[in-house]
Amino acid sequence: MPAVPQPVRVLVVGAGPAGMQAALTAVASGAAVTLVDGSPSLGGQIWRGEQSHSRAAAALFERVRGSEVRLLFGCQIVDAPEPGLLLGAAEGKAEWLPYDRLILATGAREIFLPFPGWTLPNVFGVGGIQALAKGGLPLAGKRVVVAGSGPLLWSVAAYLRGRGAEIPLIAEQTDLARLVQFAAALRFLPSKFMEAIGIARTLIGTGLRTGCYPVHAHGADRLTAVTLRTSAREWTVDCDYLACGFGFAPNLELPLLLGCTVRDGFVVVDEWQQTSVPGIFCVGEPTGIGGAEKSLAEGAIAGIAATCDVKDRALKGSTASLFAERLRCRRFADALRRGFALREELRTLPASDTILCRCEDVTIGRLIGHPSWRSAKLHERLGMGHCQGRVCGAAAEFLLGWPMESVRPPLFPVHVDTLASVVPSREHDG
Amino acid sequence: MREQFEVRVNREAITVDDTTTVAAAILRAGVAGFRQSPDGHWRGPLCGMGICAECRATIDGVPGQYTCQRWCRPGMQIVTGAASDGEAPDELEER
Repeated sequence: MPAVPQPVRVLVVGAGPAGMQAALTAVASGAAVTLVDGSPSLGGQIWRGEQSHSRAAAALFERVRGSEVRLLFGCQIVDAPEPGLLLGAAEGKAEWLPYDRLILATGAREIFLPFPGWTLPNVFGVGGIQALAKGGLPLAGKRVVVAGSGPLLWSVAAYLRGRGAEIPLIAEQTDLARLVQFAAALRFLPSKFMEAIGIARTLIGTGLRTGCYPVHAHGADRLTAVTLRTSAREWTVDCDYLACGFGFAPNLELPLLLGCTVRDGFVVVDEWQQTSVPGIFCVGEPTGIGGAEKSLAEGAIAGIAATCDVKDRALKGSTASLFAERLRCRRFADALRRGFALREELRTLPASDTILCRCEDVTIGRLIGHPSWRSAKLHERLGMGHCQGRVCGAAAEFLLGWPMESVRPPLFPVHVDTLASVVPSREHDG
Repeated sequence: MREQFEVRVNREAITVDDTTTVAAAILRAGVAGFRQSPDGHWRGPLCGMGICAECRATIDGVPGQYTCQRWCRPGMQIVTGAASDGEAPDELEER
């Protein structure tokens, strides 16, 4: 009697748009799919806490919730002990996650750049303040300066204003000429164009300054004001909060741990989103910062590829249109990268006593003379704290030209009891 | 409308619901500095997404919790002001 074939086990890491779409596509092909995320709900950072007004997002949440996809929330991946197996940690409990195919949808994080005062309480990320607001931070009557770079500044400023905040200023570091070039590229994605118009309407009366960036955050135990600079002048604005982020860097820790090839800061994938490691796919921001549309297209492609043999993939009717959609999204991603490239002046903002590594209070001055990240890590404890270089890594790369070279487990700080719980207990009778 | 309930932030009662994160509850209590860095600088949340670890506080007696990643639950006891490694405030004061 022939054995009943076991469904292929697909593990998807990250429940943002890319991961959700990949999981749904894979489960539709009959795979046994597990979708795991470190946060307590679907949506990733962009559709955080399943709170999104986008119809596409709402539909996706409903489809995932109503599907056979096994959902595992609050679970951080801490190690990849052997091929076909990840180790997660959820609320102090270890979780073995076996797979036949792995889809990495690990998303991105904000880039924070140091300047004097950037460590003061009430200086948040741009995505950071939006996440806090969605988590219940009241904003009515608060004065919030929004600064940094990228379209997120405008959408978050519009969101904060909708929640009753006063936005005295949006400081975009890129120049007007580049911004205009970027706007022209929105034609690749009509949905983005309409979104931009909607946001622009909300922001009427809010001062958008281009070629403008924060140089100093002021306050004793919390923020009270921020000094901004353009080529023409420097001035100080009183505020309750500063929301400041300089674009996004992909979360590469897990792809690097698994041995996936990374080039120019992004995971290298083939036309089916497969990484250099067979059976491991990567989708969304880690392959190039491009937003939700790109993530959805790549997620669908990987969901097909992870569950179908090469000869069967072409039979899936939607692949041609998915490839076309992905191409459009990648053009948009290119425009994003060019339009919001970080200006040279941002490298000159930190003073020698400005902290680079917040976890360990390592100042810029202490890094002078070190040839590499590794040297600074060994001698100054750079990146040795709780964030494990997730905040200071991108800053060090931009300021000092030190790329992240390697990672080692655990990828997230994990309590020793959690690790102990996976080790078979042994009797010590000696 | 969601059911409202109370949590305690450093013994002050704050009214929240189950869509409020612990980090937001702390900020609502007027606390900006959640914890101190190794050199004693006050820090509060930065990334809001469970990466920077600046929002750590003690929840129901367990130190070092990422408060931006935790939903409020009725009767939660939240204590801020721990040292960078997540030790309880009492231990900090003894130094």
